[in-house]
Amino acid sequence: MSMDAVFRALADPVRRRLLDRLHARNGQTLGELCEGHDMTRQAVTKHLALLEEANLVVTRKRGREKLHYLNPVPIHEIADRWIGKYERSRLRALADLKKRLEEQSDD
Amino acid sequence: MTDRFVYVTYIRTTPEKLWDALLKPEFTRAYWYGAWQDCDWKKGSPWKLMFPDGRPADSGEVVEIEKPKRLVLKWRNEWRPDLREEGYSRCVIELEPADETVKLSITHEIDKSGSKFIEAVSGGWPKILSSLKSLLETGKPLPRTDQPKG
Repeated sequence: MSMDAVFRALADPVRRRLLDRLHARNGQTLGELCEGHDMTRQAVTKHLALLEEANLVVTRKRGREKLHYLNPVPIHEIADRWIGKYERSRLRALADLKKRLEEQSDD
Repeated sequence: MTDRFVYVTYIRTTPEKLWDALLKPEFTRAYWYGAWQDCDWKKGSPWKLMFPDGRPADSGEVVEIEKPKRLVLKWRNEWRPDLREEGYSRCVIELEPADETVKLSITHEIDKSGSKFIEAVSGGWPKILSSLKSLLETGKPLPRTDQPKG
């Protein structure tokens, strides 16, 4: 499983949005993932195939349906490669601060 | 409704070595925050995941075992009452050879929606799996997972 495939898969905003949707609700069918997109089913299928190739999405059968799950393990491996062992808690504090400040400004 | 996550990683090793790394205390202590499993690994046997200090973190039963391919555990939290009361979950661990690597899939599910238990375990697995991969591929676990959480 190459890191190149992960970066290529993440380089597209549509694919990142598909991951966002699975992050919000894991285990969706193709039909559910197509809702609200101005894209054909075939286009979404193609994006999902690229995400699956990169191991960012994995599928499980439920009866005749295929459910899609976000697999965060490759992203975790990327983070581990460049984040040192002492930096993590400071980075988390910074990320929390950014999130809080940006949420406030959205009100 | 079922709450479920599926985590997959590819590790450059053999199914036999990965199987040992998943089951044997001397390995799990290195990458699983010092935890180890108390089990004789037979179908129907009781299973426990132990904190390094000897308290049980989780408990359950071996539902299926097929070395070095598939392990299914009945799994319940033992130390947080709010998680414990959700009852038993099911954890399926699958190993499949894939070219020079082994594909490791972990599926953890519970027959309810909005499960706090599934949310809690899903956060831990990516760290544990990354560290396990590092241990098998480089001989070293990742820092932070080689010692008790604290």
